Amino acid sequence: MTTISDTAPQRRVSFTALRAYTMFFALVVIWMFFQYKTVSDLYPYGLFLHPLNFANLLKQMSVTGVLAVGMLMVIVARQIDLSIGSLLGLAGGVAAMAQELGLVPSLFAAIVIGLAVGALQGSLVAWGNIPAFIVTLGGLLTWRGVILYLSKGETIPIRLPVFRSIGVSLVHPAVGLALAAVAIAAIVWVTLRRNATRRRHGLAPSSAAATLARIVLPSALAVLFVYHMNLQGGVPLPVLVLLVVALLGAFVTRSTTFGRYLYAIGSNPEAARLSGISIGRHILGAFCFLGAMVGVAAILHTGRVGSSSPDAGSLMELDAIAACVIGGTSLMGGRGTVAGALLGALIMASLDNGMSLLSVENATQYIIKGAVLVAAVGFDMAGRRKG
Amino acid sequence: MSDAPLLEMRGISKTFPGVRALDDVSFDLRRGEVHALCGENGAGKSTLMKVCAAVYPTGMHGGEILIDGKVQQFAGIRDAERAGIAVVHQELSLVREMTIAENIFLGREPRRFGVIQREALFSRAQQVLDDLQLHLDPAKPAGHLGIGQQHLVEIAKALAREARILILDEPTAALTDTEVEILVRILERLRAKGVGMVYISHKLDEVFRLADRITVLRDGRTVSTDPAADLDKAQVIARMVGREIKDLFPTAARTPRDVVFEADGVTVEDPNVPGKLLVHDVSFSVRRGEVLGIAGLVGAGRSELLMALFGAHPGPSRAQIRVEGKPLTVRHPNDAIARGVGFVTEDRKRYGLLLDQTLTMNMTLAMLHLSGRKLVDVDAETAAGERARRDLRIKAPSVFVNAMTLSGGNQQKVVLAKWLLTNPKVLFLDEPTRGIDVGAKQEIYTEINRLAAQGLAIVLVSSELPEVLALSDRILVLHEGRMTGQFTRAEATPERVMAAATGHGKAA
Repeated sequence: MTTISDTAPQRRVSFTALRAYTMFFALVVIWMFFQYKTVSDLYPYGLFLHPLNFANLLKQMSVTGVLAVGMLMVIVARQIDLSIGSLLGLAGGVAAMAQELGLVPSLFAAIVIGLAVGALQGSLVAWGNIPAFIVTLGGLLTWRGVILYLSKGETIPIRLPVFRSIGVSLVHPAVGLALAAVAIAAIVWVTLRRNATRRRHGLAPSSAAATLARIVLPSALAVLFVYHMNLQGGVPLPVLVLLVVALLGAFVTRSTTFGRYLYAIGSNPEAARLSGISIGRHILGAFCFLGAMVGVAAILHTGRVGSSSPDAGSLMELDAIAACVIGGTSLMGGRGTVAGALLGALIMASLDNGMSLLSVENATQYIIKGAVLVAAVGFDMAGRRKG
Repeated sequence: MSDAPLLEMRGISKTFPGVRALDDVSFDLRRGEVHALCGENGAGKSTLMKVCAAVYPTGMHGGEILIDGKVQQFAGIRDAERAGIAVVHQELSLVREMTIAENIFLGREPRRFGVIQREALFSRAQQVLDDLQLHLDPAKPAGHLGIGQQHLVEIAKALAREARILILDEPTAALTDTEVEILVRILERLRAKGVGMVYISHKLDEVFRLADRITVLRDGRTVSTDPAADLDKAQVIARMVGREIKDLFPTAARTPRDVVFEADGVTVEDPNVPGKLLVHDVSFSVRRGEVLGIAGLVGAGRSELLMALFGAHPGPSRAQIRVEGKPLTVRHPNDAIARGVGFVTEDRKRYGLLLDQTLTMNMTLAMLHLSGRKLVDVDAETAAGERARRDLRIKAPSVFVNAMTLSGGNQQKVVLAKWLLTNPKVLFLDEPTRGIDVGAKQEIYTEINRLAAQGLAIVLVSSELPEVLALSDRILVLHEGRMTGQFTRAEATPERVMAAATGHGKAA
């Protein structure tokens, strides 16, 4: 009847990626603005992107970033988790209380608490037929209450130096460069192998120019990043943890059937079920993943602050949700990427950090962040209507 | 002034990224006329009507719209409504929780100082319903109505807006025969009142029964506009597809082999009404290389039967199932899929597709977990998607476009591809050709025959009797949840099957 399909181009059109470019552009504008505004005699080129400040910004971002990667899984499956701020407080508090037992049991405790609570809340959503909004709203109150009870309302200082260093220490510059080298090797290997498998499946491999760009651009970025951070002593450890979590998240969402089915469930739960997918198990899995990420974030946060206060983590659930949404994740499910969520977290952290540098009042900071969140989604929706 | 047609669309063009949906199309509508718009899915019918109803406002398309000879500037749907244009969509847009009256006047409630005048609302709604001779209680929630009745209420809603131009998009797709008769009567009354109607339908019998003139669109261009009296069905089909379809139902000779799927004593209970049986003790089997047709009227329990066998019925059900002689217990669709049962469900948008995901993702959805592997090989997946796109001739620029961008026939092929990739032994097809155009239908028929010839066992449910008769080796007829007839291809005549389906046949 027709041959249209045989001649049409085989280009991959990714609307999510297109939107990410818009947000990337917004990030560049924000950076340029703060860089220009922080020029002084001491920092003639601006303080904002100076290694010292930029490392600080990334450290601030790492906790939100880890939470956002976990939150992404839950939102993609058309769920939500409002409890993670309180849960972070609880996990951090339990880790602080467990530090007498040693470093490993203490860190282990944080992650186990996160996982267990994620499993409990996930089960209630998946099999108790209670909406995630309600279950986790209850969790927001409950877990805050539990940590207030356990800590008797007192702040617990972290005495283990190693624990504190997780939140603040820098990776030795030489180790940083070695990691960059490993990353480059991995990028080269993955790209070339990809071309080989495409050829094996009878698909056209990418052109030489595209292959080169796919190798050179991320490699250059990795070297530049490590070099930049080494100027102030090395890559901060929490940032390295965030990178590992991000890679894990990207792998889960893109290369596993588990991740794939979260998108399917978020898109059309009924069609997913009729295709043989167990909805409950996947929703439980998403909440467990997020719970474990909350444990990791609790360790980073507690280590950086150096103590566990009973109100630690308040409102962090909203930062994580905002990061996902700014990065193009749809609260209706089925849409969103790890890269987008990280970009969102970076935008939020940049606004926080930049406005603090400019000594913008706290009140104003809240208002601006709120406006940015709504504007980002507004742009997103406008773009979607046109597309 | 009165010489000018009621509605005239001149030189309408509309381009979407990469697709020219409409190319210099002209269309006109006279007072008291039913003007049918025919064409395959993707021919541009819906787009043309969206231009007319200002879903795409002036400026977002080329050409101009005239009403009573005057050029219109539509900034949005509201302007088109004010000009007297009303659309009855294929999809239902009633608020199920609201009463019929509230739905009819939604957004235009009679009010005083912003307070809704409930008495006026109900009495005026009653008037509208009486006017259409619809015997419905305006105080009843719309959700309590059957799908067909809801469609009729949609029409009442359009008329309450005093529409002079009524656009009906596949109005009979979900109607029973009696409801179709009511619709025909309504349209006749409107015709007498001078309302101009655009009638979009794939059902040519209806088109010829109702239409004064027929316009055929193909690939975004007007092929022809003629008085219906000067045309016959074959000509219209030929113009729609651009070639003669000599044989809509390709015939196939095949010999069914061993029994591969057996279901005994299938009993399905209504999930909402405990104790009420939707399917009552039905047994059947199907062989390799055989097409078993299941005929019956809407509500006979055909879909419920298949859903229960697939482990997807929301309420209680009983059945003894054997696949290749070995018993199968289904608690979840996955149990059935793992044993080689595939199910192209009805209503592809609701049950079949992930509309906002890529074709590859849709096509591999059911097969990924079959292998037990936890990782997705994106390249193998792309290759499989491309193969399916070629084999099933899915019209799409690439396998990475979202499913929602395809026409109905191509969407249906994507759902079919999803199940073929699971390598099934038996395939259930529930209304596989509903709402798709003639060309795509024929391709699906050819595909069904090809699959059967390859040894697949197929269970086909369809409301289109000619389809069941032509494709099936054996036909099972259901009436109100009970089996009321069973025929071989040679025995099955439309009269016999229909008699059994209405409960007047001799039980087999």
